[in-house]
Amino acid sequence: MTAHPTPALLSHYASGGVGVDDATIWAVEAHLETCADCRALLTHTVDPGTRGLLDRVAGAVAAGIATGPAPVRRRRLPRTGVAARILPWLATAAGLMLAAVLFEKTFASLPSLVLLVAPVAPLLPVAAVWSRRGDPVWELAATTPRTGLPLLMRRSLGALVAVLPVLAVAGWGTGHSPGLWLLPALGFTAGALALGTVVGIDRAALGLALAWSLGVVAPSLVGGRLPAVLAGSSLTGWALATTLLLAVVFVQARWRSQLPTSTFR
Amino acid sequence: MMRTVSVAETAPSTYAWAVHAETLRVRAGRHLAVNGLDLRLGTGVHGLLGPNGAGKTTLMRALATVVKPAGGRLTLLGEEVTAGADLRQVRRGLGYLPQHFGFYPRFTVREFVEYIAWLKEMPKAVIPGAVQRAVERVGLADRADSRMKTLSGGMLRRAGIAQAIVNDPTVLLLDEPTVGLDPEQRLDFRELLREIGLDSCVLVSTHLVEDVAVACTDVVLVSEGRLVWQGSTGELAAQGGDADAGDSATERGYSSLLRAHRERVSA
Repeated sequence: MTAHPTPALLSHYASGGVGVDDATIWAVEAHLETCADCRALLTHTVDPGTRGLLDRVAGAVAAGIATGPAPVRRRRLPRTGVAARILPWLATAAGLMLAAVLFEKTFASLPSLVLLVAPVAPLLPVAAVWSRRGDPVWELAATTPRTGLPLLMRRSLGALVAVLPVLAVAGWGTGHSPGLWLLPALGFTAGALALGTVVGIDRAALGLALAWSLGVVAPSLVGGRLPAVLAGSSLTGWALATTLLLAVVFVQARWRSQLPTSTFR
Repeated sequence: MMRTVSVAETAPSTYAWAVHAETLRVRAGRHLAVNGLDLRLGTGVHGLLGPNGAGKTTLMRALATVVKPAGGRLTLLGEEVTAGADLRQVRRGLGYLPQHFGFYPRFTVREFVEYIAWLKEMPKAVIPGAVQRAVERVGLADRADSRMKTLSGGMLRRAGIAQAIVNDPTVLLLDEPTVGLDPEQRLDFRELLREIGLDSCVLVSTHLVEDVAVACTDVVLVSEGRLVWQGSTGELAAQGGDADAGDSATERGYSSLLRAHRERVSA
């Protein structure tokens, strides 16, 4: 900080700087901007007429603020626009899980339907948050710079926050290890996002759900036993795959912002 | 407090035309709705006229980067719009009102415009002020805190215009913005257009020729996906003769140009 100007210099400055060269005035001004003490001194050196004018202006501005409209209250929690539209899809996912629990309780001899359905349960709402039907503002959103994978990841996180508690209740109610329903659900969501940047999130979700149903769910229901991929020993594999897919998604989000689902590749 | 003007704001533009299309082809479904269109637009208010099915909306959607061009070249704000290009910089300078304006019914006008401003990556600190200004400019300040489902058709359209102008866009694309506006609001809207057109490129698609005659500086006439004619509003009015259909000079000019184009095509 520069040295404080003398009181004599300050009063010269306050009275218009007559007889002081410009460079000194600039230095005083620059100093005043950063030094509250000197600004306080300056207010005492201003002549009574100017002080009266400043007081009148301040009074008028304060009165104008007091009589004008109150500032709009800021909402703490921003509303999420798509939430209401995908409620049916969340309800479908929850209903699916409930049906799986009931089925498992009724037919104890068959393989656990909860574990078989859990991986694909979040795919429905995740696809819905990025569909034209689910988001009435899709055409506008597609023209904004924030469109793309990061925005989809945000919305998917919202969908997961809604679906995972349902999965937790279903998994806890039927007494399965949390890893066996949580990791596959996360893994499939990450897989859908990663694949979605190539073929579109709706196709990716549908394709993964179909592949899982035909490749794992149907054979295990026919054969009457849980497949090896859902046994306790495959937890490491699921953890590895989920981490890898999440890494892929984050790298994609960094490197390419556009998503084919926003119609513009 | 005074706002600091950044270097980027005062830098001269490095492009000749805000919108530059060369033999642009855009599909709407399977149909090639825009077929070999050449267009150059600079600062000012441009009215996009054409018969139904001329490809106006498809052209607007291509310029708004909603759909990918099927061929040709499209350059927006000096950056070429192609597959794989990073469009974020271009999109920050865009304002767009779609023909079918979708909205969240439970949002208030302010919340909706704020959400769009956030999607447009505006700095957090300037959003509340910019939203208030945009809402005031379209005359919706007294309804800013009502939910969108309670608004009338004209008010919704104005809310749509507010979200389009919230980021002070360099290229503003309005698809049928005057639908549902009453005569007085239409006058205010023309005034707003003229104001924005002073320093940005505004393209207004409409089927109301009188809107173009008063509010626009230039006219772009398209038919069957091609550019038929481009010129000033005065030149359009001078095109028409007494024999042409229409109630005003601009309408007669419009029908005369379209008739001449159809004769050229069929010949």
